[in-house]
Amino acid sequence: MQGKSEDQIEPPADSGPDRDGFSSRREFIRSLAAISAGLTVAAPLGRAADLTERSIPKSAPPDPNGIQGWTEIKLQVNGNTERLVVDPRVTLLDALRDRLELPGTKKGCDHGACGACTVHLNGRRVLSCLTLAVMAQGKEVTTIEGLAKNDELHPVQAAFIECDGFQCGYCTPGQIMSAVACINEGHTGSDREIREFMSGNLCRCGAYPNIVDAIKIAALKMKGGAS
Amino acid sequence: MRPFVYESPSTPQQAVSRGSANSAFIAGGTTLIDLMKLEVMKPSRVVDLNPLELRGIDMLEDGLRIGALEKMSDVARHPQVAANYPVISQALLQSASAQIRNMASIGGNLLQRTRCGYFRDVNTPCNKREPGSGCPAIEGENRMHAILGTSESCVATHPSDLAVALVALDASIRLQNGTDERLIKLDDFYLLPGDTPDRENRLQPGELITEVRVPMLPWARKSAYLKIRDRESYEFALSSAALALDLDGDRIRDARIAVGGVGTRPWNLPKVREALLGKPLNQETFAAAARFAIEGAYPLTQNGFKIDLVQRTIVRALKDLGEVA
Repeated sequence: MQGKSEDQIEPPADSGPDRDGFSSRREFIRSLAAISAGLTVAAPLGRAADLTERSIPKSAPPDPNGIQGWTEIKLQVNGNTERLVVDPRVTLLDALRDRLELPGTKKGCDHGACGACTVHLNGRRVLSCLTLAVMAQGKEVTTIEGLAKNDELHPVQAAFIECDGFQCGYCTPGQIMSAVACINEGHTGSDREIREFMSGNLCRCGAYPNIVDAIKIAALKMKGGAS
Repeated sequence: MRPFVYESPSTPQQAVSRGSANSAFIAGGTTLIDLMKLEVMKPSRVVDLNPLELRGIDMLEDGLRIGALEKMSDVARHPQVAANYPVISQALLQSASAQIRNMASIGGNLLQRTRCGYFRDVNTPCNKREPGSGCPAIEGENRMHAILGTSESCVATHPSDLAVALVALDASIRLQNGTDERLIKLDDFYLLPGDTPDRENRLQPGELITEVRVPMLPWARKSAYLKIRDRESYEFALSSAALALDLDGDRIRDARIAVGGVGTRPWNLPKVREALLGKPLNQETFAAAARFAIEGAYPLTQNGFKIDLVQRTIVRALKDLGEVA
């Protein structure tokens, strides 16, 4: 696991402003981002994705030949248009988690080997850790946060709960996003087929049998029009 | 990841004009972003090919045409590909994961880099990554490495399954450089490592793969890809075979065969093919022919098992496709 995940860290003990005047960890990080954005020379370029502020002033005029340094992009995420300023190095995964405050998508290996970062681009499952945010422009991004309809869980989410399709839960958002696509692609003909087409999502707790059960149940429900 | 300039040109000519030894084309990004994060690749310019029109999967009079930007998943499930060249569909479906197949392009698949752990670790020497620095794999961790086509400089395997199928089918790729275009057989495209393992193919700086052409071969309807690996799915080959058979009753009229997971490049086996021609469809024929696969093989400290494994892979592929008990 690289870097700290916001959702892995305990929230501040009291809900009111602490002695430094920051009421939450997010707010504190946001203030850091604003500070580093002001100090453009010292901006930590190699850790650009660690910043959480959505809109950071451009530090340099645009390169006429292409995008270099901070650039404003537009992403369609879960039906919303999001404007954010990124360096071309920022992956879709880091943009979602660290800029758009959508930490449901998880960073596992960050090298396309584990599937924890699976999201849908134009309805197809892809790895957000190997996708540059600039390259996701003009496409519909769907994350785990975009699956439920208001308070109604997606059938795959409900089936994962029903079947205990997880233990620690870290791989679960990626498993669910992958499972939704697996069902939509029609690859649920047998346990073997489900396992083959879900092989890009690793679960180190070994919840695989329950994940397969959850996908079978959800596939039946979705065929029945419950989705 | 090192800083880079990102560009998205709208024509192949523009893309090629932005290419250089310090630039990289990006399509799916599944190799490039991974290796840029590891700082194995450090392009100062990344040229996005996705706005280009290098698409289409068409069955033409003289064979199959696949646009270089088509995704692995789309090619694998294309009805014409699955019906006319099952070996291509199967090689693709046994590659990577569903997510990666949705991202990776056909052109990029053919240019993916080796999975050798020393190549991927910038803290170790590697002649492919840093010419002249040495090859720790020769005496080190080399269980996954090649037994065919190796040199004292490099023993890394070529990881593409698709390339093995395409070499077996005598496919070509179209390359574009400026306004110049050329068609080159894929089997001539890949280079042996020799003492320049950093040069893996005949692509010039800035040159672009625009399409794949697979010749018409009606009997390739009877073809298959067999991949042997440590895990049943989502793993690179220890050994693999791409095979097409033209049968006349229980005799072999013609065959195409190439192997993967054992060579420094996709490994075509014309001598195995010759040994099959006109022969009866049985275990003796298969075993005798498979022996030609290991001509010149050089096992390393941990991968001697591949000498047997590749022959068994070939025999099993022949038995399965020839329906020999």
